[in-house]
Order: sequence, then structure tokens, then C-alpha cells
Amino acid sequence: MTLQMTKTQKLLRIMGNNMVPILFLVICAFGIPLSGYSANFLASEIVIRISRNSFLIVSLLIPILAGMGLNFGMTLGAMAGQIGLILISDWGIVGIPGIILAMIISTPISVLLGWWCGKILNMARGREMVTSYIIGFFMNGIYQLVVLYGMGAVIPVRSNALLLPRGYGIRNTVNLIGIRRALDDLLLIRLFGIPIPLATLLVITVLCLFILWFKKTKLGQDMRAVGQDMEVARAAGIKVEHTRIISIVISTVFAGYGMILYLQNIGTLNTYNSHMQIGMFSVAALLVGGASVSKANIRNVFLGVILFHLMFIISPMAGKNLIGQAQLGEYFRVFVSYGVITISLVLYEVRKKRDQHYVGLQLAADQEALQ
Amino acid sequence: MNLQQLTSSAKGLVKSFGLPRIIIGLFLLSLFITAPFVGVNIGTSLSDTFNRFGMNAVMVLAMVPMIHSGCGLNFGLPLGIIAGLLGATISLQVNIPGPTSFLLAILFATPFAVILGWGYGQLLNRVKGGEMMIATYVGFSSVAFMCIMWLLLPFSNPTMVWGYSGTGLRTTISTEGYYRHVLNDFLSIQLTDHLTIPTGMLLFFALLACIIWAFLHTKTGTAMTAVGSNSVFARASGINVDKIRTLSVIMSTWLGAIGILVYQQSFGFIQLYMGPFYMALPAVSAILIGGASVNKASILNVVIGTFLFQGIVTMTPSVMNSMIHTDMSEVIRIVVSNGMILYALTRKAEVTR
Repeated sequence: MTLQMTKTQKLLRIMGNNMVPILFLVICAFGIPLSGYSANFLASEIVIRISRNSFLIVSLLIPILAGMGLNFGMTLGAMAGQIGLILISDWGIVGIPGIILAMIISTPISVLLGWWCGKILNMARGREMVTSYIIGFFMNGIYQLVVLYGMGAVIPVRSNALLLPRGYGIRNTVNLIGIRRALDDLLLIRLFGIPIPLATLLVITVLCLFILWFKKTKLGQDMRAVGQDMEVARAAGIKVEHTRIISIVISTVFAGYGMILYLQNIGTLNTYNSHMQIGMFSVAALLVGGASVSKANIRNVFLGVILFHLMFIISPMAGKNLIGQAQLGEYFRVFVSYGVITISLVLYEVRKKRDQHYVGLQLAADQEALQ
Repeated sequence: MNLQQLTSSAKGLVKSFGLPRIIIGLFLLSLFITAPFVGVNIGTSLSDTFNRFGMNAVMVLAMVPMIHSGCGLNFGLPLGIIAGLLGATISLQVNIPGPTSFLLAILFATPFAVILGWGYGQLLNRVKGGEMMIATYVGFSSVAFMCIMWLLLPFSNPTMVWGYSGTGLRTTISTEGYYRHVLNDFLSIQLTDHLTIPTGMLLFFALLACIIWAFLHTKTGTAMTAVGSNSVFARASGINVDKIRTLSVIMSTWLGAIGILVYQQSFGFIQLYMGPFYMALPAVSAILIGGASVNKASILNVVIGTFLFQGIVTMTPSVMNSMIHTDMSEVIRIVVSNGMILYALTRKAEVTR
């Protein structure tokens, strides 16, 4: 005797599994006409957002593969990237070489931070997400210590445009004029009046191909095994702890690169705020794309960027046109970002329980059949 | 006693008390010792510490029921705070000045706390094992949701709404003329020019702490502890686990609501919109500094933890400022509080569930 699901149950399950993207489609479908934006404007905005954010979001994929959930510790990588950017701004290295150098500087910092983060997450097994989230906050303190007190005092930074008037510490906002849109403008083409930064998109494509390739390597397969069942993986001779640390290191390094790409598009660095927001937005975007805590792929990234940022672009105007307050739309989009993460986390836990329940029922049925 | 015994007993003491707690305790002690030498008035510092202790202790107390029932650290404290804010704003809307408004605020906050807490509890029952992350985001999304509500709800008391439009609540509302300092000034003792003890506020906390302590020793309270330490065993002995957990969440939410009211009466302002956003973290780390763990907490932990945490928060800016003429207190606060939470989350012995 096996357990069969009826057609309606199956349909409901598919609906349930894709509830968040469907919800977002509905919000956007209502919001776009309300906001009154033209299709051309929206399309060009979306292209900008894709080139700006997808690298960061892709960096979340590998820890999910390794079963460590959403890596809120990606802020660590973002901090490393920002340190790289501050240093190259001080040295006055501009354009593509500046971006590459910033990436090179960020790499060892990211590796170190990621390794440390992975170590700690290994100690907090079963609650990786909340721990990685607190790690982000903790490192923010250390980051402030380094950037606000160390730079200019211990770490040589000379540029007066960067330093606070007191002689040490970095200013609240750093103008990244030297590398602003350096990569985006390298190969900018216009399609139907929509500017498309081909070079950035190319970099993102390469990253996606890397992820696809990586999943097929030995290490990638090991990570999948660890993600599915740690004990089985251990029995199969995989170094579980080591594999988990590597997954976080890769994620952190990519987050650092992603942050550099993100900031070269924006053009200004909010020294003490930029990195704190990025984790939340990236996670929310990935979840909007239909990913869950245990399963995510590249399709989710792009669907997520498009839907999430569409909502982000239209909601202030929609709020203004609907109720007469743009502020309302602002709050609405913050609420939706957090709400989406909440719903996804809840659905994941509920589904995990339900699957365990199904497995139990199946087992009971099999036992009965044997007797 | 020979040296070996001494070191081993010292090690035992360190182990039972926890190294981070000792470091933090010694740090605070050294702050108090250095304070007079760098020209910081001890009386003012102590008075500030007591004041902040009273302001925050109830919110730290709000952690206790949920930790007891095994729901983990209540990162969803903002939900309770929102119930408190609703109580406060409705009380001001009713517009009865004086201490009565404080009682009214508690009265109005209670039903919201119960309803929100009940829903929150139902949610947490469905996600056993992943409570803390979900709690965090329940807190965040409820704060964001209330941001919309503060703009839309039909409040009309001119002290609360924006002056030019007449609608939408202000980001900060003064409690002056309503319940500002009602507890602080009740029976307050002025020891010296600089040292005032806010007796009423401390008494209010003591009262709530006693109620919680007594509750934890009733039959239901014992059941709560049983659910927290071993839910399978608790179910086997006939305890309705989900019901007890929901009750603990309601209690935590209600205490959070009362906590923010106590905070407001001393602070003098009601902070709306993004105000409650990060309020859970200091409370969580305070109880952990006091010696609680993810699934064990006592009233003593609350008292010690709040005192140590608030002591550091009060003392570091003044002492640091006079010592090295830079305000590094913010960094120290971030590192200490989040470091403490990390420490608690990574304890091996507690990963039992």
C-alpha cells in the first residue's frame, strides 16, 4: 500500500511551493498600473538592478547547497569588499584596474572572515541561520573598530577626502568617483533605448556558469551530500566540517566581489550602512524568486531580482497614487521584504515537518505491507 | 588546600560562571574603579546605571518564560513592544493626564499582547526547532507593518499627530503630562546631589519578577520548565505541550509590552516607527550575560545580566571619553552584546533538541 496524492493535493502542493513568487506577481500586477511608470522606464531600471544585485545573490547559493541555510553572514564579505574599495580610493587607482585591485584586496580578508564564520557555524549546528545573522552584527562592531578608529591611525590612509577631519577614521560617505560605473560603461549598448551594461552581465554569466560547473565537481557533490545528511556524508568519508567551512568561504569571497560590483554601479559608499542592508535585500530577493532555505538555483536568483526590485521600484509611487503618501509605499516595501523572509522561513519549517510526517506514514505503510 | 585543588576549584568556578561573564564583570569593575581617576562622578554613574537597569529589566524579564518553555531566545520581542506601543498611544488618545494614564496604557496593551502573543505562539508551535530565526523576522515584519499602521490609524490627539497634516503619528511622542517618570519619582530616594535611586521603578520590576518567580513554581510553571527541558517526556506525562508553549509566548509578549511602557515612562518619549526594531538584541544579550543559556534562565540571570549590560552601556561612554577622548562605546557595546549572543548560540552542551 502506498500513499497517493490526489490531483488537487498535487496542485495545492505546487501552489504552496511557489506561493511567494505568485504573491509577488499579484502585487506587481496591481502595482505597475497604479505607479504609472512606463514600460521602458521599468525595463531599464530592472536591467540596472539585475546587473547591480545578482552577483551578490548568487553568492548565497553555495551554502544552501551545503545545507547551511541562508548565509546572513554574507555581510562579512560585503565588509571585506568595502575595505578593498576604501583602500583603492585612497591609493587613487581608478577604472577597471581599481576594481580588480579592490577584489584582490578583499579576497584574503573574505577568506579569513569566511573561515572564521564557518568555524563558528560548525559549532552552532542546527541553528546556522540565526548564528550567521548575529555574526553579521558582531563583525559590524569589529568593522567599525577597524574603519572608524584603525584607518588613518594604524592602517595608513592619507587622503583627506576619505578621512574624518579629526585625522583618523573614514567619513560616513565615500565618493567612489574613480571607479563609478567603470565596469558598467565598459561595454554599454542601447537596445530600444534601454542601456544594457554588457560587461557586468558577462561577469555575472561567468559566475553563473562557474556555479553550474561547481555543482558537478567532486567538492560540489560532497556539499550536496553534506547538505542532505551530515551523518551519511561522514560515513561516506566526506570531511563534513571542512566542506561546510569551504562553502561559507566561497560564499563570503563572492559576496565581497558582489559588493564591489554593486558599489561601482551605485558610485557612493555608505561606509557604515551599505553592508548591513545588503544581506537582508539579497536574501529577500532570492526567496521571492521561489528559493527555499534548502533549495535554490540560478533561476530563483533572476526571477527574484526581477520581481523583488519591480516591487521596490513601483511601491513608493503606487503608495503615493493610491493613498497620497509616498512614505507609505516605502514602509510597505520594507514590510514586504521582511514579510517574505518570514513567510519563507515558516513555510520551510512547516514543510520540513510535513515531509517528516509523510516519511513516517510511508514507513508505517511499508511495515504493514510486510506483515 | 594545596595549589592543585585551588586551581581546579577556580577552574570549576570559571566553568560554572562562564569565562565571558567573568571578563565582562571584571571589565565593568575596572570601569568603576577608573571612573573617579578620570574625573567621572561615581554618583552620577551609579544613578544612571540604576535608572537604565530599571528601564530595561522588564524587557529582559520577558525572555524568561519563552526560554523556560524551550522556545529559545525571544528575538521577537518587538512584537510585545508593539502591543505596548498600541497601549501607550491609545492611552494618550483617551487623554487622561497623570499617573492614571500609565495604568490605562497597561490595561489597553494587555489585550493586544494576549492576542498577538497567542498568534505568535501558534506560529512558533508550527516551527519547532527553528524558532529563533523566525522570531527575529516576525519581530521585524511586525515593526514594518506597524510603520504603515502608525500612518493610517485614526489617532487625533494633537500631542501625537504631525502638526501640519493632522494625521499620522509622530516618530517620537513626549509622555510629558501623562506618565513621564510616574514610577521613577514614586518613593525615589535622593542620597546625594548626584545619586538618586528610582525606587518605584525598581519596586515595579521586583513585583513583576516575584510574580514570574512564583508562577514558575506553580503547577503550570513547573509544567513549562518540563516542556522546555524535555518536550517528549513532558508529553508522555500528560502535559499539553503546545498549550504551555503558547502560554509562555503570551507571557513573554505581555512582559515585553509592560517593559516598553516602563522604558517610556523613564525615557520620557514614545518611540514609534523603526524605534523598536533592534530592541530585542540588547535584551537578549543582557540575559545571556547574566548567565542564562538558550534553554535555561532564572530571575537572578535577569538581575545580574541587566546590571552588567546596562552598567557597561552607561559607564563606557563617560569613562572612555575622559580617558582617550574618543567615544568607542558604541563599538564596545556592539561587540560585547553580539559576542555574548554568539557565545551562547555556540555552546555545545545546549544543542540537545
